This record gives sequence, C-alpha cells and structure tokens, in this order.
Amino acid sequence: MTIDLKTVKHISKLARISLEEKKAEKLANDMNSIFEFIEKLNELKTENVEPLTSIAETTLRFREDKITSDNIREKILKNSPEKNDDFFVVPKVVE
Amino acid sequence: MTEITSLSLFELIKNIKEKKISSNEVAKSFVDRSEKSKKLNAYVTENFEKCLKLSKEFDNKPNFDLKLPGIPIAVKDLFCTNEVRTTAGSNILNNFVPSYESTVTQNIWNEGGILLGKLNCDEFAMGSSNETSFFGNVQNPIAKDLVPGGSSGGSSSALAANLTPVTIGTDTGGSIRQPASFTGTVGLKPTYGSCSRYGIVAFASSLDQAGPMSKDVKDSSILLEVISSFDKKDSTSIDFKRNNYSSELTRNIKGIKIGIPKEYRVDGMPDEIEKLWKKGIEYAKDCGAEIIDISLPHTSYALPTYYIVAPAEASSNLARYDGVKYGLRSSGESLIDMYEKTRSEGFGEEVKRRIMIGTYVLSSGYYDAYYLKAQKVRQLIKQDFDQAYNKVDAILTPSTPSSAFKIGEKSNDPVSMYLNDIFTVPVNLAGLPGISIPAGADKNNYPLGLQIIGKPFDEQTVLNIAYSMEEKINYKNNITDWWIE
Repeated sequence: MTIDLKTVKHISKLARISLEEKKAEKLANDMNSIFEFIEKLNELKTENVEPLTSIAETTLRFREDKITSDNIREKILKNSPEKNDDFFVVPKVVE
Repeated sequence: MTEITSLSLFELIKNIKEKKISSNEVAKSFVDRSEKSKKLNAYVTENFEKCLKLSKEFDNKPNFDLKLPGIPIAVKDLFCTNEVRTTAGSNILNNFVPSYESTVTQNIWNEGGILLGKLNCDEFAMGSSNETSFFGNVQNPIAKDLVPGGSSGGSSSALAANLTPVTIGTDTGGSIRQPASFTGTVGLKPTYGSCSRYGIVAFASSLDQAGPMSKDVKDSSILLEVISSFDKKDSTSIDFKRNNYSSELTRNIKGIKIGIPKEYRVDGMPDEIEKLWKKGIEYAKDCGAEIIDISLPHTSYALPTYYIVAPAEASSNLARYDGVKYGLRSSGESLIDMYEKTRSEGFGEEVKRRIMIGTYVLSSGYYDAYYLKAQKVRQLIKQDFDQAYNKVDAILTPSTPSSAFKIGEKSNDPVSMYLNDIFTVPVNLAGLPGISIPAGADKNNYPLGLQIIGKPFDEQTVLNIAYSMEEKINYKNNITDWWIE
C-alpha cells in the first residue's frame, strides 16, 4: 500500500494542519516508510481476538453533577490569545 | 563533607531531618549548580527565586514529618503547575500558564517538595532523544553532543548532572526508562493507573504514566510512595492498596523467579547489549533469584501496534490545540484557516507526523484495518505477559538496544528512531510496571541499562529486585562536569 500526495493532503485537511507542497511530499515518504513497518501486523490472524480497549479493568465511575471549582473565569481567560470582556474571540464565522 | 548536590534524596532527607543542613542550603546548592549548567539546556522554565524563598519559609517553620521535607525538585515540563508556565516542549503552548496543578506534582508539594523548575522534553513527549523539543536539544552530561534520551531528556540530564536530587518523568513507550538508561540513572514506569494522569499534558491516554527518576533505587521507592495515589479526577486511576515502597524495600529476593524472554534477543542487537544481559542474569542469580527461560511470542509486533495506538490517541488528544482558548494563535482569514495555520506553525515535524498517522488510521474506511487490528494485537501482547507471569514473578531484559547516540544521528529516519523503544514499548501496551537500572557501560564508556518488568501493581517486587541487583552491579557514572562555565 502506498499513501499518495492526494491522500496526504486529504488527511491534513481532516487534521486541520495546513501543509506546503514540499513538506507534503516528505510527509508522504515518511508515512509510507512507517506504514511499511506497520503492515507487519497483517501476518497475525486476529478474527477471534477481543480488542483490548482499556488496560485498567474498571468501569467508569459516576460522580454527582456538582460544581467543585471556584470561579476561575478570569484565570481561564488570561490564557486566551484574543478576548473581549468575558468571551473568547475568533475570526468571523457568519457572513 | 560531600557536595550537597551529589547526595542522594535519602541522604538529603536524613541530613535535613537531623538539622545538619537547611532546606535553603540545599535549594541554594541546586540553584547554583543549575545556573552554571545552562549549556545542558535541561530547563525550559526556571523557578529558582521562588524555590529559594519557599525553602526559607520551610526552614522558618519546618515540618520533619513530611516525606520530602523542604526538598527542591525539578519536574518534566509535561506536568501542569499552577501559575508556572507549562509548555510540553511545544511552541503551541509556549505562553501557557495553567490555573491548576497536576495531582502528581501536588502530591510532591503536599509532602514538602519545592518546585525548582520545569525540565525540557520532546514535544508532547513524542521522541526518544529530546530533539523534537521546540526549546532545543538537551546535552547528556555523560559526553558532549550525546542525546540524553527522551522524551524525558531534560529530566534525565538534570538528574545525572546533579541539578535536581530526583525528578519525575512520564512514560508512554519508554520515555522514563530509555533516558534513564542513556544517563546511568534509575527510572521507573509504574503500573497503568498507579499515578494520576490529571494535569499531565496528554499524549496517548491508554499508555501514559508518570513515574520517578533518581540516582538510585531507594530514591525511586521514596518518590513513588509520594506520587502514587488513587485520584477521582483521573477516570482510569485505580484504587488498590499501595505499599510503603521505601520502608518495605528489601534486598532479600531469594527464590524469586525471574524470566528471560528469548524474543528480546533481536536481530542486529550489539554484542555489548547481549553481554550486559548475560551479566545481568548472573547478578540476578547471585542475588538468589531463580532464572527461568520464557517466551513472549508477540514481542516483534509491539512496535507496529504502538505506532498505531499512540498516534491515534495523540491525534485525538491534540485536537484541542486550535488557537482559541489558550496557546499560540496564527492569524487566518476564516476560522478554519486560523485553525490550520495555528496547528501548522504551532506543532513541530514529529508531532505533525504522528497526528497525520493517527488521523489516517482513524479515518473512515481504515479504522478496522489499523486501529481495531492494533487493539487486537495489543490483547495478544498482554496475554503473552499474563501467561509468562504464571511461571515467573518478574522479567529481566535490556532497557534499550543501544547506548546513547549522537545528536542528529537518527533524527532524519523516524523508523530507526522508533526502534529505540523496542524493549520498553511492550510494557506500556500491557500496562505493567518496569524499571531501568544502570548496569554497565559500552566501549565508549556510555551507560547501559537493564530493565526489570513486574506483574501489575507489584512495583515492590520490581524495586526489590532492582535494589538487590544494584548493590551487586555497583555502577558509578563517570561525569567530568565538562559543561560547567
């Protein structure tokens, strides 16, 4: 199997990472060598194996739906790249 | 008296409790040495002034009942620290100041530890040489231009260079044990679920685990006792009875059964590693252990499995970095354009590569062929260990297939870099505890490590075997302070 340039560009769209043409080619090469290495798994028959989804054999715990933190709005907003009063600001999304 | 910075954690605690030295003297010594050691590039963020201030406060009102009384400790920059910048070695978090504290670091401060600084690491802990950090390469104190291992490379470098008495790292595929091996230090990855993941910048959530790094085994047992705790804030934290690891530490391992897995004798493994392993087996026998040959038949599938599972989880975990609520933002014409530019400029090459692999294996039409397949093989790898543990109490292997390599030597070939983790990755996939202890040196006098893998939640046996073998091996790092200005 080979991953072509078109696929790399499609994946970069899905991953929301913009990609220059030159970098896309290198990435395609890297991905191909990594997948060549990954293909080894096809040697194994796994039809009757249960997938291991979690190593911690516990069921997820429930908790009360209760607020436990203080009002940390200002602290949270302090990290935002752009804000306006109590809001995060993003580029315009409605025409 | 020996220099303060070369004392073990155990000795420092003892001296402080006996009032032979003050917390402030200890803090000053480590700060001074760290100031002179900038060439190592081990720190991303220094907390020196605050550390000195807090150490004075400790001395004014000491509490000697604490487990880490007034001990300065630098930690990997993957742990969120309240009001102290936390970067995960990434440009995208360059200016991020958390408003909360990770549980593991909180446990350390609760026992009297004082933050000395935040240590360099591979970007989002993705790397085996610390070369993917946005904040530059880290030098291994063993020799100039040698990598300190990764991803906890700043941690291993600072520890081996005596810039911090102990440290904590995180280990997703070997990121504690491999750098420990490369720097002649001890690194322990606990059982998955032992140490809370709350407040640790997430890489691959089903594999990530925090653990202690130290100059000797006893120090790791002291630190593990502090950081291992059940935590409701981590949904996969496990509520089991934790030992008093340091007081239960013993060199008596008579009759303990140690397995030697034949599949770890990989093609192209250097002679030196083979010899080291054989020597390790002899040491284990000398300690009273019984050696048993075992088989872990799916070992060679561990790395391919890891390179599906880890990037898949990473691509999902790293989706949160979008330039909206925190971190870097690049300007874009539209919201989507802003996302794409932010992530392109904010992430480094290796991180992007792994996000791409992860996105691909989770994308429509490929999930069954890759991610589901990998989860099934992960089951087989875990079953290998389950079966082995019917016969043995622990497993002994080399920590890495080579000693530390030169900066730049492997950075252009991702697959050859990934092969570094061949002996450590299966342990993460199976969620087991594993420790690396220094066991010898190669022809260049670079340290080599041996790994002891235990049963789930049996850190005590792992520590005891390591403690016993450490005494027999009696390895000492030969560090010349070549970087001191």
